[in-house]
Amino acid sequence: MKTSKIVEQIPPSGIRAFFDLVLGMKDIISLGVGEPDFVTPWNVREAAIYSLEGGYTSYTSNKGLLELRQDISRHLKHKHSLEYDPSDEILITVGVSEAFDLALRAIINKGDHILIPEPYYVSYGPLVTLAGGKPIFIKVNPENSFKITPKDILKHCGDRTKGIVLNYPNNPTGASYTKPELKAISKAVIKRSLIMISDEIYGDLTYDFNHTPFPTLPHMKERTICLNGFSKSYAMTGWRIGYACGPKNIISLMTKIHQYTMLCAPIMSQMAAREALKSGERSTQEMKREYRRRREFIIAGLNEIGLTCHKPEGAFYAFPSIKISGLSSMEFAKELLKKERVALVPGTAFGPSGEGYARISYAASLSNIKEALLRIKRFLAPFERTKPLDKSSGLRPEQGRRTKK
Amino acid sequence: MNEILEILEKDARTSAEEIAKMLGMKAQAVKAAIKKFEKEGVILKYKTIVNKELVRDEHSDVRALIEVRITPKKNLGFDYLAERIYQFPEVNACYLMSGTYDLLVVVEGKDIHTVSDFVSSKLAPMENVRGTVTHFILKKYKEDGDILRQAKRDKREAISL
Repeated sequence: MKTSKIVEQIPPSGIRAFFDLVLGMKDIISLGVGEPDFVTPWNVREAAIYSLEGGYTSYTSNKGLLELRQDISRHLKHKHSLEYDPSDEILITVGVSEAFDLALRAIINKGDHILIPEPYYVSYGPLVTLAGGKPIFIKVNPENSFKITPKDILKHCGDRTKGIVLNYPNNPTGASYTKPELKAISKAVIKRSLIMISDEIYGDLTYDFNHTPFPTLPHMKERTICLNGFSKSYAMTGWRIGYACGPKNIISLMTKIHQYTMLCAPIMSQMAAREALKSGERSTQEMKREYRRRREFIIAGLNEIGLTCHKPEGAFYAFPSIKISGLSSMEFAKELLKKERVALVPGTAFGPSGEGYARISYAASLSNIKEALLRIKRFLAPFERTKPLDKSSGLRPEQGRRTKK
Repeated sequence: MNEILEILEKDARTSAEEIAKMLGMKAQAVKAAIKKFEKEGVILKYKTIVNKELVRDEHSDVRALIEVRITPKKNLGFDYLAERIYQFPEVNACYLMSGTYDLLVVVEGKDIHTVSDFVSSKLAPMENVRGTVTHFILKKYKEDGDILRQAKRDKREAISL
């Protein structure tokens, strides 16, 4: 039987085998989880139960409940002074994942190039391919805290470049951008008339400065599709509610696809999302404070044991270098899992430039983080003596200090 | 609230070094701040929350909330009587309330008799106590912000992107 060439050619997520290994093991400490370790705040869960009891079990408008779109519009205005018309500039989707797919399909003509900074969230590349486009990966410089620069963008632009994807705070690196940094990027976007797909799902989890939504920058609202949702800010991953804000014509194209493929997002989740916007801010702030403390703790801990790590500005991921071990990312992850029963995600899951790195999630309890750090330290001990050091990694002084103890 | 206090209130065993890491401070500075809190009485003491739904403590097996109506003493107000009441070791907590009664007294004892004995022989006969209503606690669900049941299981998949 002949099946779709384009789908067949999409590389299978190489990480799947490793995932199966992790899922088959018991009693592991996992720092490999890409979702909050908090449960959805009770007031939100309670609202969903209430909506079920009240018999809210129907379809909603294709675009999503008008009330929810109005709430989102108000929220964006209040929080970021952003103006989006709930009637035709906001679309409720099944998670940001769907919104991302819709955005690509709405803008790509066959063969269009989409720029994707690498390492990147796993679905970006394949979804561009499926939409008929060609992903152009831009390796970000670890020395620049894994941030892309306007120069990087201009260098990779060609005649067919249609748009660029920016995910900040970033999964997997945790990197985010200050307003001036984003402004510089926006100039490159204007220069090459690109469409920006801005995935800001981790926006509320920005620790060192205020998150700047891309459309708030001068002249960017008309060329940005801004994606956000409830999964990370309100610990609502399983509810699958995201949204896209953007220019009327693009939102209308996205809605067209959405109404044929998804029809609408589940109504109970939409009702819950309304409650989250109404009363979730306190929980969000509490979770953010907790993540922030864990971030400080884990970054200090990782650097101490020799997994050098820049301080991520947001999300709940650390992306340390594992080069000190002399192992590949995949070997490192597998060996650590086997020997010390600690799970993390090899950097290569997020593109080839993730080699030499690992994603460590601190959406885990502090006691688990402490224990995992101890185990990783124990795991690394033999490598320190036997493996030649990578001179460029600049780890020598650290090591010297440690062996003296 | 101060972030050091917030962390200690959640887990009193977090070391000064760990708190320092979490807040990006020097361990010495955290230690000094904790000392100061202790000295000022901001930090009263470090206790363990024992789940009394799981272990029996014969001395405090029964707990009752007692509404106490009192006549305030001239010039001394409610504080005078409250002080006389809260010093009894049986009294676990004591609050001055608005509403239909004045003091809410939490009393612990090994059984119902001990608690009612305390109320009838110590509390009720006190001068200026006009009346008491005793409510025995049947089951504890949540105490001081902690839900009293077995540790929650992490329901997430062990790994996800």
